[in-house]
Amino acid sequence: MSVKLTEEMLKALPDARGHFGAFGGRFVSETLMDSLMTLEREYLRLKDDAEFQATFDKDLADYVGRPSPLYFAERLTKKAGGAQIWLKREDLNHTGAHKVNNTIGQALLASFLGKKRIIAETGAGQHGVATATVCARLGLECHVFMGAEDVKRQSLNVYRMKLLGATVHAVQSGTKTLKDAMNDAMRDWVANVDDTFYIIGTVAGPHPYPLLVRDFQSVIGRETRRQALAQAGKLPDALVACVGGGSNAIGMFHPFLADETVEMYGVEAGGLGIETGQHAAPLCAGRPGVLHGNRTYLMEDENGQIAATHSVSAGLDYPGVGPEHSWLKDIGRAHYVSVTDDEALDGFRMLTQIEGIMPALETAHAVAYAVKLAATMDKDKMIVINISGRGDKDIHTIAQLDGIEI
Amino acid sequence: MSRIEGVMKTLKDQGRKALIPYITAGDPHPDQSVGLMHTLVKAGADIIELGVPFSDPMADGPVIQLACERALVHGTTLRQVIAMVKEFRKTDDTTPIVLMGYLNPMVAMGYEAFADAAADAGVDGVLTVDLPHEEADEVAPLFAARNLDPIFLMAPTTTDERIKAISEHSSGYVYYVSIKGVTGSATINVDEVAEKVAHIREIMALPVGVGFGIRDADTAAAISRVSDGVIVGSVLVDTIARHQADPDALNKALTDLLHPMRVAMDSPAS
Repeated sequence: MSVKLTEEMLKALPDARGHFGAFGGRFVSETLMDSLMTLEREYLRLKDDAEFQATFDKDLADYVGRPSPLYFAERLTKKAGGAQIWLKREDLNHTGAHKVNNTIGQALLASFLGKKRIIAETGAGQHGVATATVCARLGLECHVFMGAEDVKRQSLNVYRMKLLGATVHAVQSGTKTLKDAMNDAMRDWVANVDDTFYIIGTVAGPHPYPLLVRDFQSVIGRETRRQALAQAGKLPDALVACVGGGSNAIGMFHPFLADETVEMYGVEAGGLGIETGQHAAPLCAGRPGVLHGNRTYLMEDENGQIAATHSVSAGLDYPGVGPEHSWLKDIGRAHYVSVTDDEALDGFRMLTQIEGIMPALETAHAVAYAVKLAATMDKDKMIVINISGRGDKDIHTIAQLDGIEI
Repeated sequence: MSRIEGVMKTLKDQGRKALIPYITAGDPHPDQSVGLMHTLVKAGADIIELGVPFSDPMADGPVIQLACERALVHGTTLRQVIAMVKEFRKTDDTTPIVLMGYLNPMVAMGYEAFADAAADAGVDGVLTVDLPHEEADEVAPLFAARNLDPIFLMAPTTTDERIKAISEHSSGYVYYVSIKGVTGSATINVDEVAEKVAHIREIMALPVGVGFGIRDADTAAAISRVSDGVIVGSVLVDTIARHQADPDALNKALTDLLHPMRVAMDSPAS
């Protein structure tokens, strides 16, 4: 039941209360409401402000290194044996992932709002690094909350954040992963709401975060659209991106939502397999609920307690997902699928060995699915994979799986 | 008149203030919760806020997070919490019970099923920490039809416009969060609270209960003089944690903590 979306419909979403259909909204305790409303008001004003946009665009060009290339992966295409596979190289951004597009935007907002203290949550550490980076550049105090479990498996990124001058708080509560990091970031924010700006790393959280993170990340899809037309002479037939919270996917998808011929695939972390329950795929196997300020698909038990998740990639190890994805799923505009840890690891090795591009383990999920998808499509069709991040941070994890000490 | 309104009115007529203890249902064990509720009443509680445990209590500090974990380890569910209230009502038909928690367990149960079960069990009010009135339009008519008072929070950051809007969606009382922070995190500033509560009262007429940061009888008494009710949570929950292995010692410790607050609140200011 796919719905034809028009530019006009898309402009009206989220609505004034931050809803995407039945999803999104602002479910937070009262202490934060005024800050969120101020942020929304200021953002809506600044998003059409020429000076703000010019500063953002200049930073993306000169500091991040945009536009990132759209690259035709010839050998991967041959290997898959079907549609042409192109790669949107967000891994080439400064700090090595798409996350920095958003932290540049939000740090700019923080500066306009006069906030000097920045907090952020992080899973794999990419958002934490991207936040610590912009804080170093702007001279802002930076605190990153990271689950103790993730601190262990992403030690390289923890050290990068520390080198950049950030304080990393290892979160010991709950499952000690991304959701708990977000809980503790919210707790810090409530206590320091006057001087602190919370840079959320994904398109989840209370309104206006899903809106502003999507807007900042949409540069990915806008560039891809332009590059596809220039380099391939047409729009892609399919877009593939991994989905944890869903910021790289929404950034890629959003500028194409009104293009009916473009199919979209969000790839969730299937972990040990959906049937085992050990995964992080709320869109594939969850149901709607409320967590971290928004109504969205969640992994939970029958009593509404949030379930523990599992993924080989820390960045996808999250029980919720951005509300706009929940909406796109329900209206049938985007497809949400999953690949297992093992398939993702195969995807990692394949891209590394065939194209000389080492993707993040998160991104490897998208690679693994795209290769399967390409095989089912004609050779004149075009797939773009969002290579959301590079894999340097995961080398320890891969080595450990290979039984190698480095 | 709801049971909460009745209690608030009686107290007002007597020139007294409400003592409102909070405990997390199912902590330290679901079998003990009803007994602990009766203990709180005997020690001087006017209303009980009964916490519904949640896996991700974002507005709570470590003390109540751990209480949630203890309750969840024993499999405490929202349905069981409602059953505890039903059990409590067999011998106490007068003390109002407010369920306090987060929205998702209610979403999972279904709003209508929840409202039916809560009203049937004798629940009087519902405080959902992560449900601002702007998102409450689905539950509000369900609660109103069953005489369940929706209790909302106000905070130091709440603007005048919101104070008015929140009061229009509330009944029973409003819960003023005295500090910026999570539960159990900081010490209350009585003068600041007095000023803000006085300001809130200029804008709306509902009783104002004050919570967060009240740990002893002196503070309870001081806050009671500038508000309509004193809400005590983390210090009780911490006491439960310390005596979880010994139910008799726990009852005594809770009484020794709460009763002096009652006495101090009822004594004329010195």
